[in-house]
Amino acid sequence: MSDETKTEDKPAAAEKEWQPRIIAFVCNWCTYAGADLAGTSRMVYEPHVRIIKLPCSGRIDVSFIIKAFEQGADGVMVSGCHPGDCHYTAGNYHARRRFGGFRDLLEFCGFDMRRVVFSWVSAAEGKKWADLVNEAVAKIRELGPFKEYQKLLAEDIWRKEETNSDRETG
Amino acid sequence: MIEQIREKAKELLASGEVKVVIGYENGGLPETTRPVFITSPDEVDRLVWNKYCYANLATFLWRKEVSSLGKPAIVAKGCDVKAIVVLIQESQIKREDVVILGVTCTGVGDPPLSKCPICDVNTPREYDCLFGEEIPPKTDINKFADVDEFEKKSPEERWEFWEEQLSKCVKCYACRQVCPMCYCEICIADKNQPQWIETSSHTRGNYHWNLVRAWHLAGRCVDCLECERVCPVDIPLSLVNRRLAKSVKARFGYEPGYDTEAPPPFTDFKPQDPEEFIK
Repeated sequence: MSDETKTEDKPAAAEKEWQPRIIAFVCNWCTYAGADLAGTSRMVYEPHVRIIKLPCSGRIDVSFIIKAFEQGADGVMVSGCHPGDCHYTAGNYHARRRFGGFRDLLEFCGFDMRRVVFSWVSAAEGKKWADLVNEAVAKIRELGPFKEYQKLLAEDIWRKEETNSDRETG
Repeated sequence: MIEQIREKAKELLASGEVKVVIGYENGGLPETTRPVFITSPDEVDRLVWNKYCYANLATFLWRKEVSSLGKPAIVAKGCDVKAIVVLIQESQIKREDVVILGVTCTGVGDPPLSKCPICDVNTPREYDCLFGEEIPPKTDINKFADVDEFEKKSPEERWEFWEEQLSKCVKCYACRQVCPMCYCEICIADKNQPQWIETSSHTRGNYHWNLVRAWHLAGRCVDCLECERVCPVDIPLSLVNRRLAKSVKARFGYEPGYDTEAPPPFTDFKPQDPEEFIK
């Protein structure tokens, strides 16, 4: 929540540049470990990604992606183990089928597919993870906020206030 | 044809082979029909068959109110049989627990529904007894012509189209209630802890509901068009359904409703599945 007592800060807040918000759904065994490696190797990458760890890419329901957009995300990343490397043998194979179909559905409904990034990142690919995040952030910075979806939020009158303050502090 | 159906229904009920015959009777208004559940051989004359028999009766097969009556026989067009096949594939019913009274059909509705000109199951592919002349399946049809046409639009046009369409949704869930594939005892739309899908019918929640509804039918929807028929605000639901059917066919070479033995596509995988979209 923004500090409403400091009214003199308002011009500063208005100048504050918009930054992308990216939600990343990653699997515990590969991509999370890969992101961890990026961190422990002290690689510097864009801080605008919020990582949500799940047991497996097979656990990532399509509703997670929709919910992320609903709550104001500008982009979503989904990442798991490379084919053949799944900790649960086949979770990522099932995920791959699912995301292939769901991606087609989103595209059909007019979503800009540059906002949704699917990838395989292993525990050894800290560099690949950092690059993917940088790439996604650069792309979404170019595209700007996901206005189309956020407009759906704004149309919802009883949430309007909450949404606006969310965006400012986000 | 209807005489033969009535005769067969009478025979099945009288012998006790089935306890209920699910079919069509004349509706309250002219040029309408409604589902009917015949449990006594004396009532079989209520059964009718005409071009107004739109409803996909397969949706009643797994409902407790109907299954509690005992073994059913069902009057089914080719497209309805596709739904029955998917229910068998997904272990919702057993093949031996239903008597399929297949009817050959050249299209229902006046003018015919949009699914009828692209139908390749005028003769049902699975039945116990068949009524009507066998019709050879059409081969030179493009089932996804309107989907292809829609895909030519720009992403902005597509977004605008769906935003307008989905803003109309009143979340009556008629599409779900009529769907033969929506057999979950608790639908995700009814879950409130956590509440995935917002209950009020504003556009944002409507997006979530309609995307999830279409998604949960991916590789399962047999395009019986019932959801679109019952939609009170005329959202073209079959367009998204068929986009996913096209995707499943292109990616996994699978079409639902043709083979009771085939594994449903999202319970299965192949190591060489396409992954052109994954970085």
